[in-house]
Amino acid sequence: MMFRIERDVLAEAVAWTARSLPARPSVPVLAGMRLEVTEGGQLKLSGFDYEVSAEVTLEPQSGEAGVVLVSGRLLAEITRALPAQPVDFVVDGAKAVVTCGSARFTLLTMPVEDYPSLPAMPPAAGRVGSDVFASAVGQVAVAAGKDDTLPMLTGVRVEIEGDTVTLAATDRYRLAVRELKWQPGQPDFSAIAMIPGRTLADAAKALGSTGAEVEIALSSAGGTGEGMIGFSSAGRRSTTRLLDPEFPKYRSLLPTEFSARADLSTGAFVEAVKRVALVAERNTPVRLAFRGGEVVLEAGTGDEAQAVEVLPVDFDGDDINIAFNHQFLLEGLGAIDSDVARLQMTTSTKPAILTGGKPVDDGGTPDYRYLIMPIRLSS
Amino acid sequence: MSRKQQVPRPGPALGTDDTGCPILHVDMDAFYASVELRERPELRGVPVIIGDPGARGVVLSATYEARRFGVHSAMPMTRARRLCPRAVVIPPSRHKYAEVSRGVMEIFRSITPDVEPIASDEAFLDVGGARKRLGRPAVIAAAIRERVVREHGITCSVGVAGSKFVAKLASQHCKPDGLLVVPAGEVVDFLHPLPVAALWGVGERTERSLVRLGIKTVGDLAHTPVDALRRELGQAAGTHLAELAWGRDPRPVRADVPDKSIGAEETFATDVGDPVEIRRELLRLSERVAARLREGGHVGRTVSVKLRRADFSTITRSRTLREPTDVARDLYTVACELYTASGLGRTPLRLVGVRVENLRSAAETPRQLGLDEREKGWREAERAMDRAARRFGRDVVLPASLVRPPFDEIDL
Repeated sequence: MMFRIERDVLAEAVAWTARSLPARPSVPVLAGMRLEVTEGGQLKLSGFDYEVSAEVTLEPQSGEAGVVLVSGRLLAEITRALPAQPVDFVVDGAKAVVTCGSARFTLLTMPVEDYPSLPAMPPAAGRVGSDVFASAVGQVAVAAGKDDTLPMLTGVRVEIEGDTVTLAATDRYRLAVRELKWQPGQPDFSAIAMIPGRTLADAAKALGSTGAEVEIALSSAGGTGEGMIGFSSAGRRSTTRLLDPEFPKYRSLLPTEFSARADLSTGAFVEAVKRVALVAERNTPVRLAFRGGEVVLEAGTGDEAQAVEVLPVDFDGDDINIAFNHQFLLEGLGAIDSDVARLQMTTSTKPAILTGGKPVDDGGTPDYRYLIMPIRLSS
Repeated sequence: MSRKQQVPRPGPALGTDDTGCPILHVDMDAFYASVELRERPELRGVPVIIGDPGARGVVLSATYEARRFGVHSAMPMTRARRLCPRAVVIPPSRHKYAEVSRGVMEIFRSITPDVEPIASDEAFLDVGGARKRLGRPAVIAAAIRERVVREHGITCSVGVAGSKFVAKLASQHCKPDGLLVVPAGEVVDFLHPLPVAALWGVGERTERSLVRLGIKTVGDLAHTPVDALRRELGQAAGTHLAELAWGRDPRPVRADVPDKSIGAEETFATDVGDPVEIRRELLRLSERVAARLREGGHVGRTVSVKLRRADFSTITRSRTLREPTDVARDLYTVACELYTASGLGRTPLRLVGVRVENLRSAAETPRQLGLDEREKGWREAERAMDRAARRFGRDVVLPASLVRPPFDEIDL
């Protein structure tokens, strides 16, 4: 087995594949990256940790069929450091030799026959632009829980109904929901899946950089390949095992009526929250007091350092005092993707909704809604 | 009532020169027992023990008449009864003691804001700032003793000194119903004849180590080179004891030192291996701890369970929550998870305990609301239980699984 390929192409593909390799492999072969030159002369790189699989297909300049397993981390570090010249990869008995310019590495190979075969892709379900998909996933995954003792809350829920995909995630304290359009293979396609948030965000980000369309592979309820979702784009494909689809009934949690609406410049709001939050410890609130045309932001208490800042606001409704975890507020403001942030509130203990200011004005429901639960200041 | 308190009275009568003695240690005499005797005057002069009369009960308090037979607190009830068979045993009524405790602490706080409660029945006061208004420390001490008797019908003893630790020793010396001033110039004379066990931080083990070195009195300790003490007891403890032996204790009276933790535990009448019954006990203890958290206006973030096997080997497991709580339901959920994870699922247990640490003031702790919280959830249900308990007495409203004759537990 041997191949020759440009260093940049190889390095990027190896780095992408290595992302799916387990940090602490349960069996040693899982630390390996599988490299195969097919009879057709294609080079396939793959990695697998039973939860996530990744495979990329490349066209090498030349090749000789064969398959080998080498340490994925080491190969990623080596290819990243190679000079910008063609790379020759040659298997010689139990060793693999990587040559590039004046550099030469000899790697031990691992027993490829012990390597598990990658799961088959579920049937293709439809397509979506990779950049749209990546940004939508990014907007939602921010609200997914990080606490692995509550697996139900670490996932992103994907609901597909015809040409509409709804992504949702919550960690009990906020809830992010994004709707987007896609092109389903069947116009009446319908499916529900829970995908580990971190994995989905990684996969979407990696695919988003290709700029091409992403094909989503997911069986509809009861179909084959259940328990798995696949993404493929520009020669890259990945699969992820799904979580238990249990998820809070979130639609009823999203309020639709409010007693106050505040529109602020997103950039100025973010800067002000960041500044006053300098005196707020982790999990302590930033307090917002909306009064007519201005909002007073405050953090800290009498026993500690305090900060206060006033911002102009386009405000409609009853005056309100409300407090939020500053991290939650900043993450929501970072996700709305709009110059104007719209915060809609009811009372100081009821959920508030953050959206981009513009889309609401045409009357429809905004594509993206970020619900945030307030902090009650005292009992 | 412990060993430390059974110290002989000092020889020379100490003076009443309270110059430089702004620290008071006030300690109720046989607190629980005295409270009970208010309602049962016929038992005055008779040995009385407060505690669960059951086989696994423990002495919580005993009158001086009972102590004369060697009965002391924390002693198993069976042993106490052997020592003093004619003692009258009264089961504890904690709400009554808590009420008196609150009243007594209020008296202290009306004198100075610098009150540091160290138990329900004792506190340190720094009256240095009350001198102009109320007079000399010894005068204030006498006034406190009089008010406690007049308003609550129980006696207390007060030690007056220049430091917390000497004030505490002084109150132990004049018990019961006494007042003792240890003038600044007489601290060393007062301390040195005392046995080493009288010092704070000298438990049985340390005492044995010291006696092995030939150190029996505080005076012996004071004249032992510090290096030798450090070698024997460790750097910190050695240094600390050497300082105490000369009466040096710089710790100030700290008002409102927040409770570090609140817990409750239960020793079963017979060892229990049934997980269902253990969980029920965890629920009962969680209810009790949560009620005490709410009563004190605390919320806590760290929940721990204590599990003691029949052979007394004990394990403690704890978890810190994301949000502080005062809700029994939350404590119970975590306690059960910790119990399940402990691997003692079927092991017969002698004792279980639930404790909350990392306490903060509920009023000042902001609370992140959760999406799944109902407007009226467990917190509100439990607050309603508190209100019912205040009106109609404790345990009038209980989780259904707890409606049955209750055990007694030891408060810690």
